[in-house]
Amino acid sequence: MSTDAPVKPDVKKSDVEFGSYKYGFHDSMDNYAFKSRKGLDPQIVRQISEMKGEPEWMTNFRLDSLAIFESRPMPNWGGDMSDLDFQDIFYYMKAANEQETSWDDVPEDIRRTYDRLGIPEAEKKYLSGVKAQYDSEVVYGSLQEDLSKQGVIFTDTDSALRDYPDLFREYFATIIPPGDNKFAALNSAVWSGGSFIYIPKGVKIEFPLQAYFRINSQNMGQFERTLIIVDEGASVHYVEGCTAPTYSSNSLHSAVVEIVVKRGARCRYTTIQNWSSNVYNLVTKRAMAYGDSLMEWIDGNLGSKLTMKYPAIWLMEPGARGETLSIAFAGPGQHQDAGAKMVHCAPNTSSRIISKSISRGGGRSSYRGLVKIHKDAKNCRSNVVCDALILDPASRSDTYPYIEVEEQDVAIEHEASVSKIGEEQLFYLMSRGLTEAEASAMIVTGFIEPLVKELPMEYAVEMNRLIELQMEGSVG
Amino acid sequence: MNSVLKISDLHVSVGETPILNGVNMEIRQGEVHALMGPNGSGKSTLAYALAGHPNYTVTEGRIEIDGVNVTEMEADERARLGMFLAFQYPVVIPGVKVADFLRHAVSNVRNPERKEGEGLIGMREFRKEIRERMTALDMDHEFARRYLNDGFSGGEKKRMEILQLAMLQPRFAILDETDSGLDSDAVRVVSEGLAKLAGPQMGVLIITHHERLLEFNPPQFTHVMLGGRIVEIGDAALAHDLHANGYATVRARHPDAEAENAKVEAAAV
Ligand SMILES: Nc1ncnc2c1ncn2[C@@H]1O[C@H](COP(=O)(O)OP(=O)(O)OP(=O)(O)O)[C@@H](O)[C@H]1O
Ligand SMILES: [Mg+2]
Repeated sequence: MSTDAPVKPDVKKSDVEFGSYKYGFHDSMDNYAFKSRKGLDPQIVRQISEMKGEPEWMTNFRLDSLAIFESRPMPNWGGDMSDLDFQDIFYYMKAANEQETSWDDVPEDIRRTYDRLGIPEAEKKYLSGVKAQYDSEVVYGSLQEDLSKQGVIFTDTDSALRDYPDLFREYFATIIPPGDNKFAALNSAVWSGGSFIYIPKGVKIEFPLQAYFRINSQNMGQFERTLIIVDEGASVHYVEGCTAPTYSSNSLHSAVVEIVVKRGARCRYTTIQNWSSNVYNLVTKRAMAYGDSLMEWIDGNLGSKLTMKYPAIWLMEPGARGETLSIAFAGPGQHQDAGAKMVHCAPNTSSRIISKSISRGGGRSSYRGLVKIHKDAKNCRSNVVCDALILDPASRSDTYPYIEVEEQDVAIEHEASVSKIGEEQLFYLMSRGLTEAEASAMIVTGFIEPLVKELPMEYAVEMNRLIELQMEGSVG
Repeated sequence: MNSVLKISDLHVSVGETPILNGVNMEIRQGEVHALMGPNGSGKSTLAYALAGHPNYTVTEGRIEIDGVNVTEMEADERARLGMFLAFQYPVVIPGVKVADFLRHAVSNVRNPERKEGEGLIGMREFRKEIRERMTALDMDHEFARRYLNDGFSGGEKKRMEILQLAMLQPRFAILDETDSGLDSDAVRVVSEGLAKLAGPQMGVLIITHHERLLEFNPPQFTHVMLGGRIVEIGDAALAHDLHANGYATVRARHPDAEAENAKVEAAAV
């Protein structure tokens, strides 16, 4: 299925060659503005920091993080990472010298990629702002003028360090410190790009802000770092999409996303990730939700070789609510180890986790979740529902729900179900003229429908289309 | 030309258990046939085998439509050739809206050459048609937006089967106890509906234990099944007689088949 042969992006053939993964093409870009050598050591970390012209505190932060990364063992749970070689990865690649504000100024090869992904078109139709990251750096950025006039900041994280140093330092790495886990430490050492968002008090943004992450190079590591601060009573919907070319060697995507949702604010973070099946996707995402606020993670995990991702919400003050809706699709050779964490630190907080996973063609999906209720966090409620659908006997699904409760006065519900795609359902639909592939795709679409209908129209359509692509060629 | 559905010496097993032991039947477009027989005699098995259920294995004999052997065809191919089964127990498909499902089905059946991923029939014409059909069957239009059979009452499910029949306009329709579980108003709606739909373009096989459906759709032929075989054939009068007097005389006239029926029934327990 995968190949190293360069395929020109304008050649339609790649769509056929890569089977159902439609984003497997890559640009034959040789003119990188800067490319670090392969591997990871303090010298590389220093070089990245120097390239970016960072203040000393950040250089030191990176070096300290590298030491933490090196001192930590690989996790012995989750997925198989035995063929992930940290020295066989490029940690920093800069494709273009400048970040542009007009698509016309983005270098042609790169622009063509985003055209094929439909980003400029989506921007015109229904987005408030866009960031496009290509390998290590953001190459395009826009934000509607009226929003910037209201004080909204939507920039890349590198620029934020330069342009808003105080705001940056107040929050950066406070939600997820480098010592949180091995991959958070790795990201902290080599981070580059990502989105920085600040929504001022009371500002409600109607249309989503979107970031698009594209890995282009072989053996590339992408380590974006996103920080979102939603001030009191404000609201925002942020969407990220991710794709990569299909290569026979491994790529690594290890992001850190930190979010602060202040009193009475709302934040919805939607991910529609569709990595090619050579990408290790090891991501740490955490939000802190304050009084009467609402934080929602909507997480669509398609593709990748191994995804380990458990978006967390810490409910810090009374009235805070957290919700995670996640969909995982594990196809051939893929392992989705995904889930959610809800940490109730205050009384009268509530959380809900809905997780749906689909495994087919030998794919494996695991739900791994934690609900933790701290002492004195009285009158909390938490509701967890996870459903798995297994399409064939070669595929697999596991559930690892952890519940830690230090308080009596709480209500926790947990339901889990695993179903095999029903023969009777297939026959019923086929007896109405649907092919086996169409019938299974329809059953799968129906299975995730309760989640998909939570998405804005455009993303719901995108999600269904991606699932259909995954289901193509699934039978016969 | 009138199409013919021809069933010759059909033997069907479920797993290792033989259920049908040589069924013969010929249904032409425009004809109405009744299939009767005691519980467990094999009526639903015949219906499933005709529709192409993968667990119902044809071990001998064949099924043909206009001379084309469909015995080995998948259910969807048969549907595109004009076969339709209204299920005795319609299946729930969570999360799939009736309208989405039916638009897809209609697109495939009306355009049998359609490839996966090709365009569906126009939204506007489809919507107009499904609304008209629902009105004719006295169904709330809201059903088009509901998930297929999910949370439907027994009667609503049966009506949904007839709606599908109306939309797909098959050449051969098999109705497996579509009149069971309906209140008397609903039986009338469904019976009248079928009578309107059937006409000269449809061959109908009605499996039933009741009489109302047959009153509105009088059969030219009545087949009686016992022990996985058709043991008697008659006209509408035979159906009427069986309703009035039960199967005792049929059983007595066919002791071999009766023994077979008892055997399969015992094995099922
Ligand atoms: N999938 C199956 N697995 C096991 N046995 C089956 C299966 N399908 C049918 N049978 C058996 O085959 C016999 C015939 O069943 P079938 O459902 O065809 O009867 P029927 O004539 O439709 O009865 P009813 O009037 O009760 O609907 C029964 O003994 C039944 O238990
Ligand atoms: Mg039956």
